[in-house]
Amino acid sequence: MCLGVPGKIVEIYEANGLSMGKIDFGGVTREACLSYVPEATIGDYTIIHVGFALHLISEQEAQETLDLLRQIAETSGEDPLAEVSSS
Amino acid sequence: MKHLSEYRDSELVQGVLAEIRRTVTRAWVLMEICGGQTHSIMRYGIDQLLPPEVELVHGPGCPVCVTSLELVDKALAIASLPGVIFTSYGDMLRVPGTGRDLFSVRAAGGDVRVVYSPLDALKIAQQNPEKEVVFFAIGFETTAPANAMSVLQARALGIKNYSALVSHVCVPPAMHAILSSPQNRVQAFLAAGHVCSVMGYWEYPPIAEKYRVPVIVTGFEPLDLAQGILMAVRQLERGTYEVENAYARVVTREGNLPAQGVIQQVFTTCDRKWRGIGMIPASGWCLRPEFAEFNAEERFSVRQIQPEESPLCIAGQVLQGIKKPGDCPVFGTQCTPERPLGATMVSSEGACAAYYRYVLIETGQ
Repeated sequence: MCLGVPGKIVEIYEANGLSMGKIDFGGVTREACLSYVPEATIGDYTIIHVGFALHLISEQEAQETLDLLRQIAETSGEDPLAEVSSS
Repeated sequence: MKHLSEYRDSELVQGVLAEIRRTVTRAWVLMEICGGQTHSIMRYGIDQLLPPEVELVHGPGCPVCVTSLELVDKALAIASLPGVIFTSYGDMLRVPGTGRDLFSVRAAGGDVRVVYSPLDALKIAQQNPEKEVVFFAIGFETTAPANAMSVLQARALGIKNYSALVSHVCVPPAMHAILSSPQNRVQAFLAAGHVCSVMGYWEYPPIAEKYRVPVIVTGFEPLDLAQGILMAVRQLERGTYEVENAYARVVTREGNLPAQGVIQQVFTTCDRKWRGIGMIPASGWCLRPEFAEFNAEERFSVRQIQPEESPLCIAGQVLQGIKKPGDCPVFGTQCTPERPLGATMVSSEGACAAYYRYVLIETGQ
């Protein structure tokens, strides 16, 4: 329930007063409510919980986190002996 | 999916795990709040890859597990009424009530339907105006925006035959309850990333401060979990207790303000009984009085039966991080996902179900 399924917004429209959209989950497309992400535009990535988009995935933050973790991983890899002795 | 492969990149995860091994000098107990995180941890075997000093205990963040037995029994009674279509998230159907579950109500002729979203339940109500459609509105802060919206929509569209059996629970009061228990072992929290995407993490600094525990907002992919654990271990080692965000691509400090607005509009705080844990003051949300017409508890008067738990089940202690599924004498024998004694063995977010699926079945241990 809390896990959510990531997908890409491919269509945005209105139905019964709600902002709705078509979300592409890697080939399978389903409808979701976009009322909680009014800033969403077509092409944005989001995570769907029980039929609702609750947040967009920030490209920039995703990349910055990856860069930081790559740095950490590379630093750890430089001294394999330290790893062995501490584990 | 964009970035998904990177966040599952095993080399990168190994690198972060190596940094955890380099950082840790003594034993620490961390709790991941969310059952979705528990399943990720077991699925990818992250607990097995951690140094022995770092122990993960599993939190109460499994909605179907903590929905009180009284409410499950009430759901079973309402679902059994003639003229009712009872709708629920699929996880709830196998959750044991007193002596039976929603599947057995369906087998006995009850109209019990699984819905993916509360808006689907609303559609069923529109398509069946002669029936009463009841939705079992369970969950933490992550399902609250959806469940609240269904009530607002029912009112906006004039759908009179829709009501919700509300069983909402909130994470911060549960953290208080766990940390103030004399049996508490938790020294740091991995906060549930998607709960925080709705609520933000402004509620956590007072908890971190009061109990001196680091709180790390953490995601669900292996790399997210490794990063969350690393940040928690770093804080524990240096003796700090701050709130940090390891899931910044999704979570902001203030959270989703439109969603919080709708939650506030529809729900109000109430005391809530948690299955296996007991009453936690101000730990839930229920419908505001102005939405009473959509409250299934008021619409249907059902006979209250004496709820009865299996005396063998230790789910309550598992949900508080005091025991692990393997400590249970009936785990995998008298209690299995097919014949569960407690709700933690049922759900895709239950800790016992995660151990059964990823430890017992896949490794044969």
